[in-house]
Amino acid sequence: MAAPQFEVPKLTGNIEIPAVKADASAHIKSFPANAGIQEIIGFPGGAEPGELVDGWHDKAIAKMGDLLGRYRSLQVFMDACVHCGACTDKCHYFIGTGDPKNMPVARQELMRSVYRRHFTFAGKYFPSLVGAKDLTKEVVEDWYKYYYQCSECRRCSVFCPYGIDTAEVTMAGREILDTIGYGQKYTNEIMGKLHKIGNNLGLPGPALQDTLEGLEEDMLDATGVAVKLPLDVEGAEVLLVTPSADFFAEPHVESLMGYGKVFHASGTSWTLSSKASEAGNFGMFIGSYENTRRAAMRIREAALELGVKRIVVGECGHAWRVAYSFWNTLVGVGAGGADPFSIELQKQLDPRYPAPQHICEFTNDLIKQGKLKFDKSLNDHRVVTFHDSCNVARGSRMGDIPGGQFIIPREVIKAVVNNYHDMAEETIGESTFCCGGGGGLLTDDLLELRVKGALPRMEALNNVVEEHKVNFLALICAICKAQFNKVVPFYGFDMSMVGGVHQLVSTAILLEKEEE
Amino acid sequence: MSFLTVLYACVFYAATAMLVGGLVAKIRCYARTPAPLKIPTTPAPTTTGGVVLRMAREVALFESLFKSNKWIWLFGWLFHVSLLLVLVRHLRYFTEPVWFWVSLAQPFGTYAGFAMVAGLGGLWARRFLVDRVRYISTPSDHLILVLLIFIGTSGLGMRFISHTDVVAVKAFFLGLMVFDLQPLPSDPALLVHLGLVALLMIIFPISKLLHAPGIFFSPTRNQTDDSRERRHIAPWATKFDAGSGSKSE
Ligand code: SF4
Ligand code: SF4
Repeated sequence: MAAPQFEVPKLTGNIEIPAVKADASAHIKSFPANAGIQEIIGFPGGAEPGELVDGWHDKAIAKMGDLLGRYRSLQVFMDACVHCGACTDKCHYFIGTGDPKNMPVARQELMRSVYRRHFTFAGKYFPSLVGAKDLTKEVVEDWYKYYYQCSECRRCSVFCPYGIDTAEVTMAGREILDTIGYGQKYTNEIMGKLHKIGNNLGLPGPALQDTLEGLEEDMLDATGVAVKLPLDVEGAEVLLVTPSADFFAEPHVESLMGYGKVFHASGTSWTLSSKASEAGNFGMFIGSYENTRRAAMRIREAALELGVKRIVVGECGHAWRVAYSFWNTLVGVGAGGADPFSIELQKQLDPRYPAPQHICEFTNDLIKQGKLKFDKSLNDHRVVTFHDSCNVARGSRMGDIPGGQFIIPREVIKAVVNNYHDMAEETIGESTFCCGGGGGLLTDDLLELRVKGALPRMEALNNVVEEHKVNFLALICAICKAQFNKVVPFYGFDMSMVGGVHQLVSTAILLEKEEE
Repeated sequence: MSFLTVLYACVFYAATAMLVGGLVAKIRCYARTPAPLKIPTTPAPTTTGGVVLRMAREVALFESLFKSNKWIWLFGWLFHVSLLLVLVRHLRYFTEPVWFWVSLAQPFGTYAGFAMVAGLGGLWARRFLVDRVRYISTPSDHLILVLLIFIGTSGLGMRFISHTDVVAVKAFFLGLMVFDLQPLPSDPALLVHLGLVALLMIIFPISKLLHAPGIFFSPTRNQTDDSRERRHIAPWATKFDAGSGSKSE
């Protein structure tokens, strides 16, 4: 790890609310996208990356008007905030940087001030009274910086008396920026790869096949059992859609092998798909309904082509939010549709199982039915804690009851490990802190922000490390895994402590050797 | 009929029209704007009954605010509950005979006036004392608090210091409601009190006071968590289901 160019926050044992330090993170800015990247996903680009298109001011205001008319969330959130301040200390980026524009309300205010100016009586006639502002180049610059310093984790929305969700405002802000040529390189480039090749890594089908075969060999060597990672098998019962990082990144692959072992041990016929080789969907990050939908269409098409009965989603936070909350709306993966488009797929899916289903729900059901056997002591070298991923915690559910998303992963973990400790109450469950790298911020040009934004999670982790000797941070998100892998060393932890829930399953599961 | 009476009558008619007209327009706008995606902040209720309960807790108890910040909750809740009692108490100026439960509430309403001003004072103090709240406060945030505090103290002043002719005030408002103007007493405290109330009514639909109707339309609070069981789709999005939009490449 190279010496950082910034000051890494010190762990104090408490999550402390910093004093306001104006512009403390104003120098942090991710690379903008060039015109080529923009165009692939249906947005314009200027001559240079980040250069605004002609007529940008009017186009931005028109886009804002369009979004206000299409999204009730945005319209209500623009009006309802009373500046009570309840959300001001809830954002991990504010806690980590002290920059007041990272307070959720201030982040919203970047847009609200322009909304007031152009769409409200008070802002048109008494701008300074109500804090209304014209949309200037400087304001656009602030939007770009601070809408890419929000991970859309929704923590603020839990604590706002009106449920104002800054993530919705951030998404709208990014969509307006994209419309005037000011997209972000990291997110939009990945979005383009997903559209063109089918996954965020740009890994084509044959390469994927090779990778999977290599992993099958590894598992055979390690266990003596021929665990398969099937690809494009028509007529399989389950289609597994997982983040493409699971195919090659560490520690992600460990979980992929865990899923494979669960399918193997339960005798479920399953397949991966080269067409739907990505669960992640960065379309949500940029608030683009069209892009989110287009990416999700791959899952629908793969399901129809392969004729699967069930769709299961691997460990990924925002992907699970999109799958659980949006797939039914976007592409009819779910139940209860009455229109021909959704019926086409729904008559194929097995109604006894929810669609889509999270891999933790899938594994937990099998555990409950006694279909999996474990030797928990194989995990005895580990003392485990679990990080609730923000999108799973506040944007989705698992199981039948509200809050099942907190219960089910912990039940899976406790079925496979002996040593488990939760982090402090106010840092888990619905109050969980984002890893610091979600929402399109998992790029090295934002490393400083990522390290600082991880501060509250690192404090909570450090406390269980000191108190209970925790040495494994269990995750159910590809972004959390990559983010923590990168940032925990800055806080003095070893990156080998980061891993997936199904990595723990993989370690403890007992596979029956086939008869020779 | 004095000029003052006519003036105040006109002001109240205008303020009422702006309040009602403005709120109807805003509520219609909220109701007509679709919520295209399921975005309840989870854990969220899975049934409509559950959502009604969640909303009721939010509106009556400020549940999320309680989780968030005990000071803001204390001052904010104190202010709103007191305001409700004060408003109930004021119904006696608009009803003849006075409803039974309104007479019961009279003594509570009086003390609620003090609690209301205390709550407002607490909220205002935070705008100076807490650096984060100071940073986000606009002039209008201060002025709305000042307005409410003046309304409260001018009302309390009439109740406890310089009494006004409440019988005449009641006759004025009962008359207004049937378009039969009755003389309004010309106490300065009363005129200030009523003038500020009219101002509050006028700014209601063009200010952050829209949080009152807004909360009922907040998708993160009013949606049921049933996205896997029911297909939720906005009218503007159905066009994608057919035709060229239904391809990934
Ligand atoms: S959504 Fe998360 S990152 Fe964005 S402002 Fe709210 S708390 Fe901060
Ligand atoms: S908690 Fe909600 S109402 Fe209060 S300042 Fe934050 S966004 Fe505005």
